[in-house]
Amino acid sequence: MKHLTEYRDGETARRLAGEIARITTRPWAIMEVCGGQTHSIIRNGIDQVLPPQVEMIHGPGCPVCVTPLETIDKALAIASQPGVIFCSFGDMLRVPGSKDDLFRVKSAGGDVRVVYSPLDALEIARQNPARQVVFLAIGFETTAPANAMAVKLAKDQGLANFSALVSHVLVPPAIEAIMNSPDNRVQAFLAAGHVCTVTGYADYPALCERYHIPIVVTGFEPLDLLEGIRRAVLQLENGEAYVENAYPRVVNERGNVAAQAMIAEVFEVTDRAWRGIGVIPHSGWRLSAAYRDFDAETRFGVGEIRACESKLCRAGDVLRGAIKPNQCAAFGKECTPRHPLGATMVSSEGACAAYFNYGRFVQLDLPHELAGQEVK
Amino acid sequence: MSDDSNGSSTKTAPPRFDGLSCPLPLRDYPNIVLGHGGGGQLSSELVQHLFLPALGNDHLATLGDSTVFEAGGGRFAMSTDSYVVQPLFFPGGSIGELAVNGTVNDLAMSGAKPLYLSAGFIIEEGFPIEQLQQIAERMGAAARRAGVAIIAGDTKVVEKGHGDGCYINTAGIGIVAPGLNIHAGRAQPGDAVLVSGTLGDHGMAIMSARENLSFEAAIESDCAPLHEMVAAIIAACPEVHVLRDPTRGGLAASLNEIAAASGCGIVIEESRLPITLLVQSACEILGLDPLLVANEGKLICIVPEDSAAPVLDAMRASEFGANATRIGTVVADRRKMVLAKTPIGSMRVVAVPIGEQLPRIC
Repeated sequence: MKHLTEYRDGETARRLAGEIARITTRPWAIMEVCGGQTHSIIRNGIDQVLPPQVEMIHGPGCPVCVTPLETIDKALAIASQPGVIFCSFGDMLRVPGSKDDLFRVKSAGGDVRVVYSPLDALEIARQNPARQVVFLAIGFETTAPANAMAVKLAKDQGLANFSALVSHVLVPPAIEAIMNSPDNRVQAFLAAGHVCTVTGYADYPALCERYHIPIVVTGFEPLDLLEGIRRAVLQLENGEAYVENAYPRVVNERGNVAAQAMIAEVFEVTDRAWRGIGVIPHSGWRLSAAYRDFDAETRFGVGEIRACESKLCRAGDVLRGAIKPNQCAAFGKECTPRHPLGATMVSSEGACAAYFNYGRFVQLDLPHELAGQEVK
Repeated sequence: MSDDSNGSSTKTAPPRFDGLSCPLPLRDYPNIVLGHGGGGQLSSELVQHLFLPALGNDHLATLGDSTVFEAGGGRFAMSTDSYVVQPLFFPGGSIGELAVNGTVNDLAMSGAKPLYLSAGFIIEEGFPIEQLQQIAERMGAAARRAGVAIIAGDTKVVEKGHGDGCYINTAGIGIVAPGLNIHAGRAQPGDAVLVSGTLGDHGMAIMSARENLSFEAAIESDCAPLHEMVAAIIAACPEVHVLRDPTRGGLAASLNEIAAASGCGIVIEESRLPITLLVQSACEILGLDPLLVANEGKLICIVPEDSAAPVLDAMRASEFGANATRIGTVVADRRKMVLAKTPIGSMRVVAVPIGEQLPRIC
């Protein structure tokens, strides 16, 4: 933890914020791609210490938020089947599908279990040979290696009762989709540090060049984020556009080569629908032909399920950075973490939930007497 | 949206957005979900919309950890709690100590001196007698340590598969000195907010035991009886306004309950929150917020500003209060919000958890 507290030091943070204010001469819009970064920005109030010209746009980087409604409906259909043990990361349980969420399936008798790792699901499959064990394999490049490893081990060990419902998504195609959208306002990206741990950042120089945007590989602690923002602003002010690594203690250019090999063996690139955004070409992974037998969609015959998203919910506009969460008419009214219309309100990494939980009023009308209140 | 919970009325009422409470009625979930027991908004809705209408009276409506009542010329506090923890034995304690200390602490939060407990056991067929004996012995030891006697009991056995080993309910009665008036509604602007020690230890001990997480040292539950510390606080400041033990839902839930009951806001300073490195690390790994994690041997104490120093001294001098510290201040704020000042000088809302805290994906 020592290495973490070092990156949370208040005084250094204020100094960095001051430095950003000093170098900023005009308005800039910077998108943090990763939901973990959004969570940290709002939880630590980093947007409050930035100069008003620097606007943070919260990107589509929460894996829970962008998992398509169809995948949730498929998960619910599978989890409701008798004899199935359905395993998921915790924050997927409250994500609303078209009608239900996994919590309701559980309360109606479904065997839904929270796991911290896909390898836990594998262990459950081993201990329950007479039952079908399904793992909901979602996430960005970050969770993919462990998910791939679980499927590979299941095949190697002949665990025929294990399967995965796969809905993986990829960062670089999402960056392209955002840059290609007609109302794009993003001028620079903070690339997600943990994704780059796996993938490295060799794919990014081409994007910088094609769209003339700075991309700064950035971590998650307050000082990491402020340093990433500082470097992005510096490039913008100087009219530069290249890849910078502001998270070198964790990320190198090539990434984790062993993890990449594992992914390449188990997954193949596919078009993927993103909740609230639509289909982005080549933006996902599915099981490769050699591992198709472990695909829960086929095994449980849920491949044909289709779904329509709420018309009130503007999660798509939030995820594209077109509006802030509190600019959505349903925010805090029809849509709250208790009754979310879209997944951005569900996951604690979701931009809407982060605004609601940590920044709802502070953003809008924090009275000065409170802001100035010193605790004795 | 109909304003009664059975939905039979066609009268519509505007949705309510008072503070962070949810405008949606209980029927939103047709069945009980785990979150209804999580100590957050869902639990609170169950109490407000289902139990209070059916059972409510002036005593119950105070919704404290325990309720003070008068009878036969004396002043007493009563409380009850059920214990369903898994695993039954964990670093720093077991369901036995919890069942005694939990109810002792609920009584103490009204300023009561705990006297007598009852104990009801619901045991699953097939449960090892040896474990039950250990639990009973630990309960006995905890009761002797706390100076309370268990004077009534009950045993039920349910068929295999209908319980999870062993559940325990305890109820308790204590005596309350005249003049004491300690409840969440008494927090006032300017009051000091104190906590008696490190936060999140119990919840993370349980989580780590469940998930087989190992750190350099095991995280131990803070399970402990707090009535002696309470007696010391009262001796230093008979005027003490609020005492609360932040169990389920953690510090965040308790502070929000105090804000809601008193109509005040609370501002805490994050850098002052006592959280051990171990608990912080475990929370980072599991993606949890330590402010939402349960405690079983800590209390929140709200006293007038000029009593803060003597009360802190009294807490620190007591057995389980060595790390007592001030974390914040009660402020005038109609919106009844709990705000945290972050180390970088910004402010964030400390929200009420909805149900169970869900680990984040990455």
